[in-house]
Parts: sequence; C-alpha cells; structure tokens
Amino acid sequence: MPKKILILGSGGLRIGQAGEFDYSGSQAIKALKEEGIKTVLHNPNIATVQTDASMADELYLYPLERSWVEKIIEKERPDAILLGFGGQTALNLGMELHDAGLLRRFGVRVLGTPVEAIKKTEDRDLFKRALTEIGVPTPNSIAVGAVPDALRAAKKIGYPVMMRSGYSLGGLGSGKISSESELRIRAGEALSGAPQILIEEYLAGWKEIEYEIVRDRADNCVTVCNMENMDPMGIHTGESIVVAPSQTLNNEEYHRLRATAIAVARHLGIVGECNIQYALHPKTSELRVIEVNARLSRSSALASKATGYPLAFVAAKLALGFRLDEIKNAVTGKTCAFFEPALDYMVVKIPRWDLTKFKTADRRIGTEMKSVGEVMGIGRSFPEALQKAVRMLNIGADGLSGYPSQIEDAGEEIANATDRRLFAIFQYLRAGHSADDVHALSGIDRWFLRHISAILACEKKLKKSGLSPALLRHAKEMGESDAAIARLAGLTAEDVRKKRIEGGILPAVKQVDTLAGEFPAETKYLYTTYHGSHHDVRAARESVLILGSGPYCIGSSVEFDWCAVNAARAFRARKKETVIINSNPETVSTDYDESDRLYFEELTEERVRDIADFERHPSIVVSVGGQIANTLALPLARAGYRILGTSADDIDRAENREIFSALLGSLGVDQPAWERVTTARNAAQFAERVEYPVLVRPSYVLSGAAMRVVRSHGELTEYIEHAAAVSPDRPVVISQFIENAKELEIDGVADRGTIVVDAIAEHVEHAGVHSGDATIVLPPQRLYLETIRRTKRIAKQIAAALSITGPFNIQFLAKDNDIKVIECNVRASRSFPFVSKVTGENLIEAAVAAFLGEKRASRSYETLELSRVGVKMPQFSYARLKGTDPVAHVEMASTGEVACISDDYLSAFLLSFLSAEGHIRGKRVLLSIGGDARREKFLPLFRALERDGWDIYATEGTHAILSKNGIGSTCLYKVSEALEPNVGTVIAGQGVDLIITIPRTGAPSRETDGYRIRRLAIDHHIPLVTNPQTAHALLQCLTETDPRRIPVSSWKEYIAAT
Amino acid sequence: MILHPSHLILADSTRFPGVSPAWQKGQFSGEVVFNTGMTGYVETLTDPSYAGQILTFTYPSIGNYGVPARSTWESGKIHARGVVVSEACLGWSHHAGARSFLEWLKDEGVPCIMGVDTRALTKKLREGGVMAGVIDCRLKISDFRLNDDVRNDKVNLKSAICNLKFTDPNQENLIEEVTIAKKKVYGKGKYKIIAVDCGMKENIIRELRKFPYEIVRVPYDYDYTRDRFDGVFVSNGPGDPMRCTDTIAILSSAMKQKKPVFGICLGSQLLALSSGAKTYKLPYGHRGHNQPCLDIGTGQCHLTSQNHGYAVNEKSLKRGWRVNFRNLNDGSVEGVEHASLPFFSVQFHPEAAPGPTDTNWLFQRFFRLVSSRYI
Repeated sequence: MPKKILILGSGGLRIGQAGEFDYSGSQAIKALKEEGIKTVLHNPNIATVQTDASMADELYLYPLERSWVEKIIEKERPDAILLGFGGQTALNLGMELHDAGLLRRFGVRVLGTPVEAIKKTEDRDLFKRALTEIGVPTPNSIAVGAVPDALRAAKKIGYPVMMRSGYSLGGLGSGKISSESELRIRAGEALSGAPQILIEEYLAGWKEIEYEIVRDRADNCVTVCNMENMDPMGIHTGESIVVAPSQTLNNEEYHRLRATAIAVARHLGIVGECNIQYALHPKTSELRVIEVNARLSRSSALASKATGYPLAFVAAKLALGFRLDEIKNAVTGKTCAFFEPALDYMVVKIPRWDLTKFKTADRRIGTEMKSVGEVMGIGRSFPEALQKAVRMLNIGADGLSGYPSQIEDAGEEIANATDRRLFAIFQYLRAGHSADDVHALSGIDRWFLRHISAILACEKKLKKSGLSPALLRHAKEMGESDAAIARLAGLTAEDVRKKRIEGGILPAVKQVDTLAGEFPAETKYLYTTYHGSHHDVRAARESVLILGSGPYCIGSSVEFDWCAVNAARAFRARKKETVIINSNPETVSTDYDESDRLYFEELTEERVRDIADFERHPSIVVSVGGQIANTLALPLARAGYRILGTSADDIDRAENREIFSALLGSLGVDQPAWERVTTARNAAQFAERVEYPVLVRPSYVLSGAAMRVVRSHGELTEYIEHAAAVSPDRPVVISQFIENAKELEIDGVADRGTIVVDAIAEHVEHAGVHSGDATIVLPPQRLYLETIRRTKRIAKQIAAALSITGPFNIQFLAKDNDIKVIECNVRASRSFPFVSKVTGENLIEAAVAAFLGEKRASRSYETLELSRVGVKMPQFSYARLKGTDPVAHVEMASTGEVACISDDYLSAFLLSFLSAEGHIRGKRVLLSIGGDARREKFLPLFRALERDGWDIYATEGTHAILSKNGIGSTCLYKVSEALEPNVGTVIAGQGVDLIITIPRTGAPSRETDGYRIRRLAIDHHIPLVTNPQTAHALLQCLTETDPRRIPVSSWKEYIAAT
Repeated sequence: MILHPSHLILADSTRFPGVSPAWQKGQFSGEVVFNTGMTGYVETLTDPSYAGQILTFTYPSIGNYGVPARSTWESGKIHARGVVVSEACLGWSHHAGARSFLEWLKDEGVPCIMGVDTRALTKKLREGGVMAGVIDCRLKISDFRLNDDVRNDKVNLKSAICNLKFTDPNQENLIEEVTIAKKKVYGKGKYKIIAVDCGMKENIIRELRKFPYEIVRVPYDYDYTRDRFDGVFVSNGPGDPMRCTDTIAILSSAMKQKKPVFGICLGSQLLALSSGAKTYKLPYGHRGHNQPCLDIGTGQCHLTSQNHGYAVNEKSLKRGWRVNFRNLNDGSVEGVEHASLPFFSVQFHPEAAPGPTDTNWLFQRFFRLVSSRYI
C-alpha cells in the first residue's frame, strides 16, 4: 500500500464543477487517513472543507497547473496520485502529467482506474470502438468534411439528424435537421466556418438515465444507484430535474441497463467509481450509451446523498486495492459495501440557476450547463419530494403554485426549455391544458406530468372546499407547505400550522438506511415525510441545531458549508449532540458523519420548526449558514425558539436598513448617505443633493432589476421608472456612490459585545466592485495605519451596540482616512474560511466558544503582524454564460473563489490569478485602455513589459499613447472596422496570451468594441483583466516577480513560520 | 376510484390503517412479508413462491409502469394473498403497460391496502419476525380514528381481533396450489431434463429453453426415477420445505443415479433435505434484489435476487456436502453442493426477473454438468 498520496482538487467553484468535488475530495482524504496514509492535497480553493487544517496532512494552495504540481511532487515525493476526486480539472491535469512522463519520472503511481482506461472514456473514437467490441451501442455519428458526404451520412442514419460543428465553441451551429434540403443549406454554412461537422443520430426526447458503478480490482462490481432525468435528452443532466431511483423503467429495462453498465465498467477496466449515461427510447426501449465518466462526478455526489452510500469514500478505498466486500457499510455498521442500496423513498434534484443575475444571459437551457447549484428533496412520493425541492431552491416559491411570477407564454417555455420550465408546466396545466399537451411539447414522460396534475387537483380542492383534517393531510402528503395551503384556503400559515398540530398531522422522521429497513441503521441520516405514521428515531437529548447553507448560488457558496461543517465539528469536540439541516447535495455538511444527526431537509421556517419541535427545542445556530439561515433568525425567535449567539432582535437591527442607519448615527459613525424612495422625483432630488453617481437597488428583490451605479439624471429616470418600476410598495434604495474609495472588511467574532478575534482585509479594486467579486488581500498592504485604527474602533462600537455573540463582518469605505460603514452582517461571512486559513485562527471555532460562553486565552495574532500574505480572487463562469459581459460591477457574478498564500503580496497575487483559471501561456499581451489619464498611469508598467520582452498588441488609442512614449506595439483594428490586423482575428487565432482591457468610466455597454474584445477573450479562454487596480497589480507581478522563483510551501509551513 | 378505510392487523395486534379499493370486501389473511425491490412488482406478484403471503413493498410507489401483457409474467396469475403499499401509482406510464396496477389487482381479485407506513411495518417484521396478518375492510371508520398514531392507540383491539382469522399458510399444502397439473414437455434436444415444478417461475423455463434440452416439467410429487433423464432441475416454490416429503423422497432416490441436479430457492432447500441436511425458518427472510453473495469457490461476489423465508442449516450438512454460496449480510447458506457428485443448488434466483441478472451463468454450469456426461 502507498505511504503518501497526492490528491488533485478542482480549484474554484464554477458552473459545471462545483461543490461536489469538495465532498469527494474530503471523503477521499478521510478514507486514506483511516489507513494511516499520508495525504497531500493540491487545491487553491481555500473556501472548501478539504483544505482545512484537520483534513490533508499537507495542503498546497497553488494553481492547478503542470509546473506547480511538478514542484509539489518534487518536494513531497508522493508514491501515488489520485485523479478521480477533483472533477475534469484533476483528470485532465493528471493525463497531462502522465503524458509528459512526469509521473513515471518521479515514480508516482496512478491509483484507481488506469490511465489507459481513462483515455478510452475521454477519447470519442476509442470509446466508441471499445463499446462496439462488446456490442454496446453508442449514438450513431459520422464525421464529414463536405456537403455531399453530410447528405450521404444523414441518409444512412435517417432523418431527423443532429448536426454538430466539430470545432465551434458553445454548440454554435448545432441543431436538429429534418430534411435533405435543410441539411444542404445548414451543412454548407457550418462547413464554411469549420473543417468538419458531425452528423449524428437525433436522440432528443429519449429518456436520459444514469447509473453509478463501483468496481474493485478483483472484478466485483455493482451499480449503486440509478437516476432518471425528468427532462429527456436534449437538456444537460446538470440542467435536468433528476429523480432517483428511476421511476418509469420496468424491471427488464432497469436490469438491462444495469447489466450493460457492469459490462462496460469491466470492459473498460474501471477500478473505483464511474458513471454511465444512457439514452433510452421511450417506445422501443432501445438504448445508447452517451458517455462514461471514469471519475467522481456531480451525479455521483447526488447518488451518494440519495442513497447514503458514500461513493467517494468507497472509491478511495477501492483505489487503494481493497475489495468491496472488505469495506464496511458505515450506515448499518454490519453489512459490507458490496451491495446495491434499496430505497424506500425517492429523491428529486432540481438545479439552481441564477440567470437573472446576468442581464444579458439567455434563460433557455439545453446541452450546456448554466446552473450554479442544486437541491435535493427526499420524500415518500414524487409530489412530496418535488415540492420540497421547489422550496429548497429559495427562489420565493412556497410550492409549485407559488412561483412568484406569471409566465407569459408558458407553452413556449415548455417547448423550448428555460430555467423555469417546471413552473411553466404547472401554470400551463392550471390554464386548462392536459398532461398529454405538455408531453407533446416537451417529451417529458407522462408519469411526471400526471403527478404534477395531481398536485394541481389537490390545490383546486383546497381552493374550493373547507380545510377538513383529511384534506389537510392529503395536501401535506402532496408536499404542500403550510404557507401554500394558507394561500389557497384563505388562511394564514400560522392557522394552518395550528390546525395541523391539533389534528396530529405531523411529519414522520425517517432514516435513510441504504437497505429499506431490512437492517438496523447506525447512522442518523434523516428526512421527514407525511407518508408515515411512525418515527424511526427518538428525539436527541439537548442538542444544537445548525442551519446549513442551502443551494449554492451566486453570493452563497461552499464557504458557508465550510462554516457549517466547522461549527458542527467544534460543537462535537465539546461533546454537544449536533444536528444539521441542509438541502444541498454537493456539500460536506450533508455527509452523515459530520454531525450526530443530519436532516436532509428544507431550510424553511415551517420545516425548521417541525424539526425543532421533534428534537425538543434545541439551541439553533443561524449564523454560519449564510443569508438563508440568517433570515430565519427573527421568525424562529418570534415563534419561541432559542437562537444561539447574538439575539434575533440584534441581528435584525443590523439587517434593517433604517434601524441600522439610526444606530450608526447614534454611535457617530459615518455612512454613505441613502434614502428609500418611492417616486422618481424623490430619487432625482436625492441624487442632486449627494451628486451623481449614485447606487440604486430595488428593495423588492424579485423584480429582476439589479443593483446599479447610475451616473446621470437620464439613467436614473430610466432605471427608476422602467427597470425597478418604483411604486409605494416597490421602493428603491438609493445611496451615495463614492468613487475611487478603497474598501475594507473586518471579519471577527465577539462575545457579549466584546470582540475576541478579528482580521482586517483590503480590496484591491476600488469601490464599485461587489465584495464577492473583489480581490481581497490579508493583511492589508496599502492602508494607512490610522485607517486601520479607526476601523477597529468602529467595529468595537458596533459589536458592543449590537451585543454581538458569535461571528460578524463589517464592510467599510475608506477615502483619505475618511471611513464610512457600508454594511454589517451579524453572521459568518464569505471570507471566513479565507481569513481563518491565512491567519491560522479558526474563526468558527472561536464563534462556537463564544456561543458557549467559554473563556478564551488572549488572541494569537495581530493582523498586521502576519509574516505572510493571502490573496483571494473570484472565480468567474462567464465562459458558460453566452453573451454575458465579463466586467465585475456592483452586482456579484462570480461563482467561486481561490486564494493563495505567499511571502509577499505580488507572489500571492500572481499565484491567485493563475489559480483562477488565469494561466498565461506566453508573453503576448493585448492592451486596450480607455481614457488618456488612465493610459498615462500605466506607462511605467508598459515600459517594463517591453523591457521584459513582451509582444504588445494595442487598440488604436492605446497604441497612440504607447507610440508617443516610445513603446513599440502592433496596432489592431477594432472588430467593427473589419480590417486586418484585427483584434477579433488575433484573439480567435490565440495570437495573444493575456488581454487587459479597461473600459472607460461608466456603465460598460454591450454594443461596444470593448464588449466584443471581452467576450472574445472569454470565448477563447484567454486570461482577461478589466479592472484598473487588478491590471496594475498583475502587471507589477509580471514585471517585478519571477513565477519560477516563487517558493512552494505547504499551508502548514506558512502557518508555522509566524 | 372510490377508496374505503381498511386496516392491516398483525397477529400481535399491531394495526396499520390504510385505504382499500371499494370493490374489496371482507377479510384477507396470510403471512405478512416484505420485499425491498424497487422494480419488478409484476414479476414478484406472479411468482408462485409468494403463495399464501401478504406482500409488503418497501418501495413507496408501486405500479409506476403499469402492468404488461400476460406473456411477461412469471406465472398465469398473482399468487400473493394480499398487497400492502404506501402508494399504488395511478398516473402510470409505459409503452408496454396494458392496465393500471389497481385494475390488475381487481381483475385478479387480489386485495390491497394503501397508505400504510410500509417502513414502520417492515421494521416491525424485521424485529418481530414475519407473522400472520389480515387485511380487513369490514371495520367501520368509526372503530378507529383514521391515521392516528399506533403508539397513541388506546383502543382496545381485543374484541375486534377475536373475530379475525389469522392463518399460517406454512401449515397448508401451498405447492399443491401452484404446481403444474400434469406433465408437460418443452422443446427438443439432445439432453432430457426433468424440471420438478414446485411453483416454477416462467423465467426459469425461458432460461432452460436456451439450451438444447428436452424439458419434462413435472408436478412436485411426480416420480421420475424410472424415466430416462440426463439431469434434474428442482424449482422454487412457496412454504415450508419440510412439508414436501414426496418431492424429497423422489429426489433422494433419483440422486442415487448420480446424474446432475440443480436446485433454485426451494429447490436448494429440497436438495439439502434430500441429502439428509436440515432447514430452518429465517426470522424475516430475504426478499429483494440486492442480496450480496460470496461464491466460496472463486471468491467472487455476486448480487442476487432473492425470495425465501427458509434456509439450510449449515451444521446439518452431511459428509461430502459443502456450502457453495454464502450471504455477505448475515452469513446464511445461499447454496450447497456435493464435493464430488454433480449436485448443486442456490438459494437465490439466477433467472432474475425480477432483479439482477449477474448469476445467469449458473444455468451454463448446469448445462456443462448435464452435457459433460456424454463426452
């Protein structure tokens, strides 16, 4: 058995590769540690649980790129490596290391599925050939380079066919072709832009099914779970509503697909875990294998949570060479891992989209992933599980009928799926259409649609007849919330709750036990259902209930899972019985070994109260799960539940704009002027008083209008009257916007109003970039000492005024020692893991100590005395969102983050930049800087670039300035000028390695040449910088540091060096 | 559909409220067992081994894909005496489906109780063992509050229960009900095998017919010892194996000819009994599609489909006999074989239907034994 294993992580969370790899990496580390193997983790995602001090023996926060892994391998000399636990990033990187001979050179063995087998799953041709060898069908496809060949191919396959453009980005030019004449035209078009197109069998409308397979090296093989997509082929599985187990497959189909899965895993030589995706014809039951992923995936994380079978943990053991029958089933404690879970419930996964955050993004969904998170509802009927999942999304829907807006053309959104197709279906049925109509439009199996119709029928009854106990129970069995029942029956949610409790209509608490009750379960992995008369467990004694993060979305991500997990660990270390509620399957907090009891449940007031009632009123922690949990503080406290830490009223005093503002006033603390306005006139008056620009945000969050900086009267009127549709019940908050101000944040923990630990971090970007999209430096590098002193004083005052006990975060604006408070959150913030890992002081641990009133030793560090620098950068997913403008602004757009630590600021900055998928391949840079004053400022750095031998390309204005100052550059024409050398051609041809384009001040427009450059950069995967401060820092890095000289040290080495 | 309140009452007085279709009247008794398979309700209910039993499905939505034509069933009818589910799916959907699950039960006259907390029932059976039970549609709704919690139930059930008839189907000659009426011959082939039908699943015949056999399917008490044959297959079936004295006597006599014998499920128990070993009743049996078994000869693990309430007592095995498969969950005997003679059997169902098909190769093994005798 190996002694030391390197595990590659997946980097910053982004669309298509999110929290599921924190779960898989964390389980792998646990599995290896159990065998006494030393683990080395390489992953720059500082917000994850896997990068915690208590996880891997050594952690490297470095870019996931060949040169850095090489250095880590050289330093650590692991004897083996795991490639299957860090998503596609780790797999690709591993292949690259293997192909470069690096692994062989250092004697590093690839554990689990061998490289040759992985290649067979990754290479389309090898894959098809391998499956053909064992008679397993894949979609029929023929690659052609000319129109006549395309016509021949289509004739052979039979119309309709799917045409795919071989080398285009983002499925450009692909689509369904129904006839020869259509193909003649479309193939001609496509072939004019690409050398090759694929003519493929058209599978849209086929059922899409997945199986998760585990196989050990002794050839024992089982399928742990199968899943069925409600959305048939044509919608990416990550974009589909998924049920487990499959619902519409009969025994023959289920087992034919299962047997095929095992045959394929055997033939490919998988050792560990893999996933197989099928298309199954809904009428003939024919199958096609779409793909095999020889690694842990999003689906395997879902399967793991859906069944209770710890796939990643088992896969790690199998990679070590264990047999399935040698691994214990941790749930029963008695049986082994060689079995297939039997479910006596079903789960429904719904993706969580955030498309409204991107003004320009298309709402339609399809073969590419756009969703940023997901939720999983567990129930004992489809309606129950589905409606739970709907509420878990946290999009303002209290059930299927509670979607906050009326969908104008529901039929259209069913036929051409959007992110809200599910709600469109419900509204379409409500308008009188039938399940068959929806089936005709969407191909969705009638099984799902009939159940949705049944929910509608129940709601009609609720509207029509009085709320009898029998109907109330029926409604609860159909997954209706108290709020939805109240809305339909004309009551209040509290009335319904009372009626329910009086009638004894309470959810039963059931266990996920992997064996459908056949064996007793040791673990307490729980859910609630109204299809049950008995509880599986008794209430815990004196417990702490921790509310988790809910689904990941923009603004709430893995960092809050880190907080919840660390809180649970801290409570358990103190022998407190710990209960977690969370609804997100891509988390570590929903691993049943991270708490004494896990409720995979809704984070809604109703369900938290149900659970708290059942668990005999535990103390509830609302401050480590982000905003969803935080928002529950007040309603829970008002209903008489005990909140641990800062009182709910004090939390509310920080949340409520008016009250908080008054509080700051009374403390003599400055803040940007603001006002809540209900008319355009008031808005204009305010703006004139404080002077433009101003920041406007709708307080009615669901209106779709985003926060924005407004620079003129015209813009303001347009925003107020149209985008935000201001009215007395839809007020808009308007505030002074201070330009060129620095932003800083304090993260800390207080105990009964006294700060016990804090850390100050500085934003690299000036105010105007959302704090979630900002580059954050700890300790601050450019702040006046006086600024820091003043911020600390203000923080002390606020902590005392709000009697804070537990975590908090305060954001400040600083301009020439003039400090204003922007906001205060009396909860753990996004930067808690970053701050904890850079300072070496776990802020959540400190918060738990404060909750319990423990006395603390004096603080272990002062921010400014740290001998290292941490830089955190946002990870964006613009590449996945066609048409979005990749410029950071006041509305958050990043989906994740990375952070690196080094001895100095520039090294840490550069590492972090490279880690956020900013790999700079060569020394060719494109410069396009708006505004002369700004160009002047950059001149010394441009000169340094030239000195260092960079090839500089520039757009007209920038080129002029460079020439005037004697710096050589190639001038490129704008895209709109259509002359060569053109910016568009150079970028498309990968003619540059870095693009710095700074828009002129003001709201960047989509129609400009600047936008085209930015979008081209993203679409061609070339690192892009659009912010002047970030650009400045990066150019400093490129000209003043040598990345080859940046030391490679583990996290522990940095912390020990203090 | 009109539903009426009904109850499932176990012999120990535990009561589970539910609802039943209005056509269903009276009381229906049987031995209450549970099956954890997530698909295959049609195959399961038409499996003759369930004769005498009230079958609880732990999967909460049964009937999702409707009921297909008769040709895919495991026998001509439903053998279970009753069905317990959480939900019988009304919105079924499948191209092969011909009618709904509930219509099927009605056509077959098999009672059903829905809305039962099947997980609680399963745990009850796991802890207390399988027991006799009654689906009762006569008790008036006023007798109990619908859906009240059993633990809070203060109603004295005694008088109600006095009137219930609990039956132990294991005391009945269930095989008589499910065996073939008279000898039937299938196929033509080089090798002639006797298939002893104790309630044989159709899929066993389908699997056997893939080989060049002339299959003589005979009733459980048919004496084939004087017929010409190359091998004997003993099928699955319901009830207590020790009641099958005729079958055992005939088999042990036939074994003297030292021709290959292959037993499945009840057939495995009968082979063991014929060799002089003993069987015993498992507390709650193995019924599901995810039973892991170790092939002791090869060390390979297999996932199997199972449906049995009795097992072979390992300690009672006579000299020359050994265990060939073992259950990885509870260590119980999953098959026996003779060390030198061509006798072997498995407790699970290699013919699947329902369940995993991983051990289908056992039919090949039997064929090799039968055919090798001619080489």
